[in-house]
Parts: sequence; C-alpha cells; structure tokens
Amino acid sequence: MTVMPEKKTENEEDAKAWREIKPEDVKKTILAKYPAKVARKRSKHFVINKKKDEQNYEEIQANVRTIPGIISQRGCCYAGCKGVVMGPTRDIINLTHGPIGCGFYSWLTRRNQTDPSTTPDGHNFMTYCFSTDMQDEEVIFGGEKKLAQAIQEAYDIFKPKMISVFSTCPIGLIGDDIHAVTRKMQEKLGITIFGFSCEGYKGVSQSAGHHVANNGLFKHVIGQDDTVGEGKYRVNLLGEYNIGGDEFIIDEIFEKCGIKIVSTFSGNSSVDHFRNSHTADLNLIMCHRSINYVADMMEEKYGIPWMKVNFLGAKATSASLRKIAQYYGDQELIDRVEAVIAEEMVAVEKAQADVRPRLEGKLAMMFVGGSRAHHYQELFSEMGMQTIAAGYEFAHRDDYEGRHVLPTIRVDADSRNIEELTVEKDPERYNPRIPEEELKAEERHGIKLKEYEGMMADMEEGFTYAIDDISQYETEKMIEIYKPAIFCAGIKEKYMVQKHGMPMKQLHSYDSGGPYAVYKGAINFYYEIDRMINSKVWGHIRAPWEESPELTAMYADE
Amino acid sequence: MFGGGANLKLAVSNIIKQYQPALIGVGTTCLSETIGDDVPLILREYILKNHDPEGPAVVSVSTPSYSGTHIDGFHGAIRATVDALAKKENPDAGGINLFPGMLSPADYRHYKEILSDFGARYQMLPDYSQTLDGPMWTEYQKIPAGGTPIKEIVAMGDASGSIELGRVLAKTKSAGKLLADKFAIPCHSIGLPIGIKETDLFFDRISAITGKPMPEKYVQERSRLIDAYADGHKYVFEARAVVYGEEDLVIGMASFLSEIGVVPALCASGGKSGHLKAMLRDVIDDFDAKGITVMEGVDFVEIGEAAKKAHADFFIGNSKGYKIAREMKKPLIRIGFPIHDRMGGARIVHIGYRGAQQLFDCITNTIIQCRQDASPIGYTYM
Repeated sequence: MTVMPEKKTENEEDAKAWREIKPEDVKKTILAKYPAKVARKRSKHFVINKKKDEQNYEEIQANVRTIPGIISQRGCCYAGCKGVVMGPTRDIINLTHGPIGCGFYSWLTRRNQTDPSTTPDGHNFMTYCFSTDMQDEEVIFGGEKKLAQAIQEAYDIFKPKMISVFSTCPIGLIGDDIHAVTRKMQEKLGITIFGFSCEGYKGVSQSAGHHVANNGLFKHVIGQDDTVGEGKYRVNLLGEYNIGGDEFIIDEIFEKCGIKIVSTFSGNSSVDHFRNSHTADLNLIMCHRSINYVADMMEEKYGIPWMKVNFLGAKATSASLRKIAQYYGDQELIDRVEAVIAEEMVAVEKAQADVRPRLEGKLAMMFVGGSRAHHYQELFSEMGMQTIAAGYEFAHRDDYEGRHVLPTIRVDADSRNIEELTVEKDPERYNPRIPEEELKAEERHGIKLKEYEGMMADMEEGFTYAIDDISQYETEKMIEIYKPAIFCAGIKEKYMVQKHGMPMKQLHSYDSGGPYAVYKGAINFYYEIDRMINSKVWGHIRAPWEESPELTAMYADE
Repeated sequence: MFGGGANLKLAVSNIIKQYQPALIGVGTTCLSETIGDDVPLILREYILKNHDPEGPAVVSVSTPSYSGTHIDGFHGAIRATVDALAKKENPDAGGINLFPGMLSPADYRHYKEILSDFGARYQMLPDYSQTLDGPMWTEYQKIPAGGTPIKEIVAMGDASGSIELGRVLAKTKSAGKLLADKFAIPCHSIGLPIGIKETDLFFDRISAITGKPMPEKYVQERSRLIDAYADGHKYVFEARAVVYGEEDLVIGMASFLSEIGVVPALCASGGKSGHLKAMLRDVIDDFDAKGITVMEGVDFVEIGEAAKKAHADFFIGNSKGYKIAREMKKPLIRIGFPIHDRMGGARIVHIGYRGAQQLFDCITNTIIQCRQDASPIGYTYM
C-alpha cells in the first residue's frame, strides 16, 4: 500500500505562489487549444481584471451566444423563467406547457424554501410538477385543447389564486397561442391566468427567461391589490430566492431593525404579496441580473426608487442595512440598525477569528449565476481567502463592469427577441416616494440609487480573472494551473471538480446547506467552508498537482 | 428559422478539436425534431466534407421529449450505436452481447463479474459502471475512463448470442433484435434478473450460450439467499407494496416481491407499452388471486390515490415518490433511478442473487423498524 503524504491543513508555505503566475501566459496557454476563430471569440470573454482608465475596467463580452461544441454552464430561457424567478413561488400553479422532460427536470430541484403558514390559505403547490405532457400527436395537431384541459383540471383540484403557463420549445414552433388560451380560461374561471413565452431557444441563456418572467409579473400581477399593510419602513426584496432559507434569516434581521418586507421576489413569496408590492416605499435588489427589470418598471410606473444591496457577507450586510437606514434618514432606524449590527457582529468576529488561521491566503474560484459570483467573494474575503477567478453564466456587461456601461452595450438580435415593455406613470397610483429631484439625481441622503458597480470593481487588479460563460475545458485548465482550495459552481460542474480531489461548493442549490445570508448565515458559511477545505477525507487523496508539482513552475517560468 | 445544420457541424468540429473523442453521440431535442432537422443527413454531409478516416464515429438518435419516456431514449441510443458500429468481421469470435437494461453502476459491475466468473467473452452496452461511479482521478482526464470500448461494440456483430434484459424491451425493436436481423445472432429476451426466479433464467441463458454450469460462488449465493428467505419470510409475508418506475423495473421488482411473500398490491408506471399487466401475470403465478392493481401511463398523483386504496405498507421506487409516501406516512424504499435524496444510489445492487439478498434485508428491516417504532414500549426483540 502506498503511504499517502499528510495533506497540509495549515497555510501552505506557497500561499503566494499564484502571484508568480502571469495571467497573460495563462490566458494564452488556455486559448491556444481552440481553433483560431473560437479563440478570438473566447478571448473577449476571458478577461484579466484590470482598469483601462480611471472609471472603466477592461471590457468583457457577455450575454452573447455560446459557441456550439463548447461545454457551457448555461441554462435555457425556460429555466430562467420557470425555474429561477417563478419556481420559488408556492401558491401559483406553474404549469409547463410542453413535453414532460422540461417540467420533470425543473421539479423542486433548486432547494428554494418556503413557509406557507404566512398566508391565510396555506396554499403550497411547490412539491408538485405540473405539465401538459405533450405527445407526438399534439405536436402535430396542436396542444391548445390539452392546455385548456390542464388548466381546468388544475383549477378543479386545487382552486388556486393564480395559474401561470410556461411555453417550451415545441410550443413556440408549432405556434400554440398560450396567451389566447390563458385569456379565455381567465375569463371562464375568474382567477389570474396568464402565459410566459419563455421557449427554451429564446435569447442566449436563462437571462432571457428572467426578463420574460419580470415582464409577466409586472403586466399581470403587480398592482392588483392596493391595500397598504402595516409597517413604518416598507420594502420589497428583489432577486432573493430563499435558497437554503436565506430569505427567512434576512427577514429575521429586518424585523429586528423594524423593516417590513412587503414582498420578496420570489423566495418565500406569495401571489398576495406580489399583488400589493407596489405599495412599498423602496425596492432592494439582491440579484441584479435576474430582476432589475421589475425594479426599473416599478419606479417608472409607481415612483418606487430602488437600490442595490447584498446580504451575503457580514460586512456587506452591515453596509446594506446602513444604506437602507440612511435612505430613510430616520434617526430611530439608524440607531436601531447600528444596535443590531453591533449585537450580531460579536459572534461573527469570533467565528472569523476562529476560521482565519486555517483558511488565510487560500484560493477560491466561483463561476455561478449573474450576481452570486460577486456576492460570495465577500464571504471568502472575510475568511481571509482570495478569489482568483470568477464569472457568470448569464450575466450582462453591467453585472461585470458596472451600470455606467449600460449606454454602451450593443443590443443584438438575440436580446431584441425579448419584449421590452413600455411603461408609463400610473395615472392614479404614481406616487414618488422621494422628491422628484432626488429620483432624477438617483441619490438620496448621499445614498446612490439605481447604482451597481459590478463584480470587477471588487476584485484585485492585475492577478485575477473575470471569465464569462466559462467552458468545461477552461474550468479544468484553471483548476490545474491554480489549484484553488475550493471551487464554487453548480450541479453540472460538481462531479467534474470533485474528481480532481478537491472540495466543490454548489452556490446555486447550496448542496445540502444554507442559509448563508446575513450574520448567522455568514458564520454558517465560514464553518462549512472550513470543514470542507480542511476535511480529513482529502488526506486520502493525492491531487494531480501533488504528483507533479512542476506544473506551477511551468507557468511561472513561461 | 434556418435550421440547425450549421450549428451542429460547428459543434462537432469544436468537440473534435477540444476532446479528440473516438465517438460522438448526437441526441435530438424537441427543437431540432420540430423544425425538421435531418440530423443523420447533416452528419453525413459533415463526414463527407471532412473525410478524415481517423476521425471519430458519429452516432445519432432521435430523442424528442414528446415521444415515449426516458427508457425509449435509453434503448434507442443503444440500438442506434449498435446499428452504426457492429460488424461481422470474425464469425468465429463468439462471445455474448449483453444489453443490461437501465440499472445502477453497481448492477453493471455485478453483471461483468458474473460473466467473467463464467469465463465468458462478452460485450456489454452500455457500461457506465466506471463513468457514473468511478474512482477519484489521479490525473487530468479529458474524457473519463471506462465505458464500452468501441472495438467491443464493433465485435457485437460476431457474437454467438445476445441477452437483452427486460420483458417489455423484448416487445420492441431493440438492439438485440437488430443484431438478430442483421447478422443472425440469436437473441435471448428475458426479464431483468431481479429476485431468484428471474435471476435463474439469466444464469440459465448464460449457461446455454457458454455451455458451462453456474459457478460454485453463485450456487452458494443462491443457496444463502434461500436460507435468508426462510429465515425472514415471517416478517414480510402479506405486506403490501406499491411498486413504481420503468415498466421493466416494476416487472422485475414485482416478481421478486411476490416470491418473498410481499403482495405488489399496486404496480404502476409512466410507460404505456400496453404489456405491463400481461407481463406481470407471467412473472407472478398467483397474480389474479392477489388482486393486484396495474396502472400504465400514470403520474404520481394517480399513483398516490390508488396507493391509498391499495392499503400499502410501503413504497418501493425512486426518489420522486417521496411526496406520496410521506402523505400516507409509509416508508419509501429507494431503488432504481433517480435517487437524489439519499447517498449511494449508484451502489445499490438490484440484480442477481446478491441484489435480491440486499433488497430482501432492506425490505425486511424496514418492516421491522416500522413495527418497532410504532410500539410504545421500545422492544429490542421484534
């Protein structure tokens, strides 16, 4: 039997070795494997994080088509609409109009949690998978009749408040008019019923589906109920999907501070909350990519300002809470927020001090989502870890470079396929929550509104990478070259990474873990990462680079 | 709008450059099928234009989600691969072609062990025993090791017999039948070897093809299994089970349950071959006397409703049945695929005497545990 060398659990003495590696060489080596045309294209997505002038980072290409034959992380338009935005809703019947595969594989796979006890009817349909189960004959003769039947059947059994229908690839191609069917059924049944044209082939990734979902919610649901609920500071939390219970503990902290969540979009949400979300004072955006459309439209129509927040990482949580308090400018709230922060930080600082000696200087890579790869860097840096490379599956340039690049983003045919709603002020309900000048200046009490600086601004310059729509091949090369202590992505990457003999953390579904938001979640995350990286199981494995340590040297010398 | 030909050709070319595979499989989707892409034609064009004799084999199969179930895609891919690659090159080569059915990687390892113990030459397709449940890598692998070697798929045309497992599969245009038609290789269509009866049949066919008796190791395993049946039957007899999943898995499992005295009170599948009931009658000798309910083409809501009427004691099937089992407060014994709420689905052995032994222990212990937990006293002897 071979005696395995003991794996070091203390900081490796070569913790800084990665700084010897020249990113330009790495990029060249990786892209060299591609055919010239592919390499040219991928080169624009594979960016070394550097400022090109005072304001701007290197331009990164994003939200364009994946090259065929490249193993991509991306999902489809239907996944973004049905899975991401609408999936976490509990009391809407989300009915997939299409063959069974689309519904089956998006059936409660995302670990979005919910608490039905917060709505009087207690409706929860999340554990069901609703599909019209299209067969060959319906693809030939049309599936509208079957759709109407399915809606009727779902209504008869569950008596839901709302049914939404999701169109899949074959539906768009055969030309079923889901909007006509849903309109007719809405009239017949007297509940809200509408369709999403989120056929899988639309757009270039799930991002298109987010936009379609935002449009649908805005057109058909938001604003249906004008009842103003209780609470002095009433906010909506957008782009928070309650994976592993994140929303639950954000809500807990908000309650401590005296802030009331009117509606979350869409983790732990209810259609009741969506319907009167336009009565809130302020929209807070967690995941910028998936939901900024709704925030923009609510501002236009109802006069609700929005600001970017982040509740992943203790520091970011405190900053976000302070931002909210400052926005209201109410001393009572400001003091209460400070008291909560002070109280919560005691345990956080203790946990940080505990894990840091075991994690300091270790490398992390994360390729996930359209905001998560940015947010989670906060948590890693609080453990003393360095994010060496990060990127998104479906983000746009503004998510990387910041919203100031919005005017310079070229809209291509794939994006033009997705409807842009024209929104006007609601003649009765438009009510600017802050003076018009502040709305226009996008600033209140020194707090910038509608602002997001993007991921790149938070990453170290010169040594780190922003890689858009990373391929499996590039992933494997980056792992081989940098040997990070942990790699974060989704289920599709999980086994490939683990086979390298290193820990892999899923940041879509959180594996079996969570919550990771706010303070309690941060502590939870520190300890989980500590246990993963320093687990004894790795002592039984020799990673490839431990067998051939010359790998590092090779890149350093080139 | 303009067809997917250009995309597909570009993808094939990029895959070849990055991975240099020996074979590329192309499955179609709803999208390419509905727009009417002629995938075999596009691929032929690609191959003709790039005429590279060293290039990978390309196999395509029609798999739109709206046709049949996942099991049709599974067997369709095997048939398409055999059709594209198998040749008659060396008629004296002999050997057994094994088409193992959709089971766990551990089952596949067990199949291979059995055939090796017979000293038989064999080709098994597919073989994901390594690729879906493989060891930790010691070096970077662009394409994970394992799987059926292409030369073995080619050699399937030379075999002296094929064994395909699945009683419903037997009624379809399977890879085994294709080899029988093309190269006159006798095809033995039997059920999945789950439980003693169906496993006996499997060993019997291997013996028939190889002319060798069952190796002593399996004689022992079989005998120990019967010993365990004798020991444990009193715990399980007349217990009522709901079995669900792919039709062939349901048939195999129901056959096994019935031989240990459990009543497979409800046998249900999303598949709708039209053969399920007749096949169950074939494998369960007292089928009519037991009042077994059979449902084809059903979903979990329908299974749940029927399960209540069937007075089930436990459910046996994949993770997707959790919701209905939970509603009835009955245990779910996880078998088949997918198992995503427990560890080790890839390591469950369903087949052979060994698989029956593990299943038997698991079912018996589940029933004992239920009785133990239900008792207010806390007895340690049940």
